[in-house]
Amino acid sequence: MTMVTPPHITHLARRERWSRAEIAFWLAWLAVYFLLPKHLMFAAQILITGLFALSLDLILGYAGIVTLGHAAFFGLGAYTAGLLTKVGVIEPVLGLFGAALVAGTFGFLTSFLVLRGRDLSRLMITLGIGLLLFELANRLTDITGGVDGLQGIAVGKVLGLFEFDLFGKTAYLYVLVVSFGLFVVARALMTAPYGLSLRAIRDNQQRAVAIGIPIRVRLTNIYTLGAVIAGVAGALLTQTTQFVAIDSFGFQRSADLLIMLLIGGTATLYGGFVGACAFLIAQNWLSSINAEYWLFWLGILLIVATRYLRGGVIGGMAKLAALRPMGKKA
Amino acid sequence: MTSFLGLLFDGLAYGTLLFLISVGLSVTLGLMGFINLAHGVFAMAGGYLLVVLMGAAGLPFLAALPLIFVVVAAASLVLERTLYRPLYKSTHLDQVLLTVGIIFVAIAGATYIWGPGQQPVSIPEWLQGQFSLAGVDLSRYRLFLMAIGAAITLGLVFGLERTRFGARVRASVERQRTAAAMGIHVERVFQITFALGSGLAGLGGALGVDVLSLDPHFPLKYLVYFLLIVVVGGPGSIMGTLLAALLLGVADTAGKYYIPETGAFMIYVVMIVLLLVAPHGLLGRKK
Amino acid sequence: MTAVLRTEDLCKSFGGLKVTQKVNLSLEAGARHALIGPNGAGKTTLINQLTGVLRQSSGSIWLNGEDISHLPPYLRVSRGLARTFQINSLFPKLTPLEAVTATICERDRDSLSVFDRRLFPLTRRRAEIDEAYDLLARLNLADVCSRATHELAYGKQRLLEVALAMAVRPRVLLLDEPAAGVPEGESDEMLAVLAEMPRDISILLIEHDMSLVFRFAERITVLVSGAELVSGTPAEIAADERVQEVYLGKHRG
Ligand SMILES: Nc1ncnc2c1ncn2[C@@H]1O[C@H](COP(=O)(O)OP(=O)(O)OP(=O)(O)O)[C@@H](O)[C@H]1O
Ligand SMILES: [Mg+2]
Repeated sequence: MTMVTPPHITHLARRERWSRAEIAFWLAWLAVYFLLPKHLMFAAQILITGLFALSLDLILGYAGIVTLGHAAFFGLGAYTAGLLTKVGVIEPVLGLFGAALVAGTFGFLTSFLVLRGRDLSRLMITLGIGLLLFELANRLTDITGGVDGLQGIAVGKVLGLFEFDLFGKTAYLYVLVVSFGLFVVARALMTAPYGLSLRAIRDNQQRAVAIGIPIRVRLTNIYTLGAVIAGVAGALLTQTTQFVAIDSFGFQRSADLLIMLLIGGTATLYGGFVGACAFLIAQNWLSSINAEYWLFWLGILLIVATRYLRGGVIGGMAKLAALRPMGKKA
Repeated sequence: MTSFLGLLFDGLAYGTLLFLISVGLSVTLGLMGFINLAHGVFAMAGGYLLVVLMGAAGLPFLAALPLIFVVVAAASLVLERTLYRPLYKSTHLDQVLLTVGIIFVAIAGATYIWGPGQQPVSIPEWLQGQFSLAGVDLSRYRLFLMAIGAAITLGLVFGLERTRFGARVRASVERQRTAAAMGIHVERVFQITFALGSGLAGLGGALGVDVLSLDPHFPLKYLVYFLLIVVVGGPGSIMGTLLAALLLGVADTAGKYYIPETGAFMIYVVMIVLLLVAPHGLLGRKK
Repeated sequence: MTAVLRTEDLCKSFGGLKVTQKVNLSLEAGARHALIGPNGAGKTTLINQLTGVLRQSSGSIWLNGEDISHLPPYLRVSRGLARTFQINSLFPKLTPLEAVTATICERDRDSLSVFDRRLFPLTRRRAEIDEAYDLLARLNLADVCSRATHELAYGKQRLLEVALAMAVRPRVLLLDEPAAGVPEGESDEMLAVLAEMPRDISILLIEHDMSLVFRFAERITVLVSGAELVSGTPAEIAADERVQEVYLGKHRG
């Protein structure tokens, strides 16, 4: 028995179907492995940052929680993965789980502080928590290496099978698999009723309560998940660079992340990856000329973007795409 | 005991500076709910202006101060018109991103012009050195700071309580819609207070070149302090801001002296705890 | 008499301002009850207390014999208490179909598995979507169900307010001026919708439009300055001198 799918169902399904652009996007990352063997380390860094930005997209883009301290979770994951190798846990996947656990627990616990207030106090509490951790890492020199960062991290074989090589081939594939895996999970969550309820909360809390959504529980939940993914991203960076810099916790990293998401587009799932790509390439290029130069243009970009660049790159592309079929109909 | 008095004195002077800089932010936030993370940029601008005016222009210290107030206030008005105003009704996130952008541009600009290092200024001779009071050596300059701070606080409180404009500001902070209905042009009121607040921040920055150590990262370095003071004091409350600034000044000075190893750590802990215990500020009212 | 929803000496004050004063409201099963009163009488504030958005200063609220005075809002909803808003409070970026489906999924969340709620795509919830679509169709919203809510005409948004509340499958429905802002002629559409509501839903209607109130309500309570002035049948209310005084003195412009 075949039935024609009614248009309202097709409309809902549009969000869920893997589009060609999406498939091409991930295949492109695979192609990088073969086509750009000299730039694998940099490409891995972009993926990791994109994953980190995705975690912010979940809590900011989808759930509407404003934060200035998301780097806290990235840093926690990074240090956890690094310190685990020091106590003998050198298998990377175990390291990821450790990082996820620590960052997630911290995210869960702090979510109660963060979610209490409104925007302003959320900003300040997240900022405060981020600075607090930075200061802690700075002071506990014996454990964290202080300003010099955590050095001498020896990472074992992935699952005991694949060794990290000098060219970053294994590292790249490892990062790609983990990023893609977490992306698929995040994507599934956001297209499920769960994701719909988050978008409802972001759109209008008052009404979300009135239709019976337990918003506290839901927000705690997604905040924790965002922390977990950020922690994993941090751990990936540690494992692939075998070093943890103290600025993993820095305000600049949280701010940069917001900017990337803004460039790419919030609540799009891909905005983080696209933004990270554009941001890191531009940063690489501009700051090789002059570091202050980069900061200046970044600032200008922010000022302009808040007024003119609504929706980011992805939003812009979607608008362009939406123009075409409408043109056909008319 | 003597060191305690000395610390208290230094802390109060430091707090006075923080107050001068923060009070404008407090009013901005109380009046418009606008999250201006870039407020410290005005203070930094004041600092660099002093360096330029006293250095290249050769102006005397006391003559430079009022000029700085006016210039920074005027410059802030331009920013208010072009960048801030379009975002009053926007989300807090947009306001944060805009003002973080302004901070970045300011840092980059200051580094480009003056380099990354600290800027020294030479304060006039009659303000240098120490004087003795009840056996404790106290810095003249810090006494001068406190005197200025006291004068400005009195001026502000008087202005707010006794003048027509002050009444409008108070009405606008407390009940914006009612104020608008009563024919108060809230945006105009805001514009003027914004300029005054920025001018004071510039003045604070100029006075604090030595005490706060001026470098291009100034707006970011003290961001948490300013926010902390405003939130603890309760946005829109002058006396609350003063109290919070003095408390923070003394606590920070004492902390650095008695438990130097904790660094800024304590400040952040205090901030988080205070935010949780008194989300509307110590002296602020619930809205 | 079985009261579905009942308040007991409910009081609320904002600082010194008493906005609810010892209100004892009682809603019978299947009630068509109107709550009227001049602007600022405290009608919306009363609804906010019933739904748990605001905490009462004293007194209690009972739903189907259960004290819900301290229950969080979302649990009151799952016990069948739904409301609409005087000023549209919708999800601007969601489509009506998404919004209503979200409400239904939320209502049925205990019968869905974790996977259904979290990992499987929304379109696998065909039963919920179909129910949402049918509800929207009944409220003349089927043709716009896939448009973003902020694009809808005001009248349609007003109907969506009701649709969202209906999706909860409420036993008690609190309608806060559902026809507010709708032009004279078009309020008939709203009345038709209200008239068609099944009798197992008890309704409390707040409304300033007296013709609507008198056509709809079987019982009316008049609230003045937060206190109950009088309750009775429409005929009793129409004849009551105190009510006339209130409405002659402060006529709604
Ligand atoms: N959060 C609040 N804080 C202080 N006062 C409030 C608050 N909410 C409402 N009020 C006051 O309570 C009174 C009752 O308001 P409410 O909105 O309940 O009236 P209403 O009967 O619904 O009026 P309308 O017919 O205009 O909708 C008003 O005087 C209002 O100003
Ligand atoms: Mg009302």
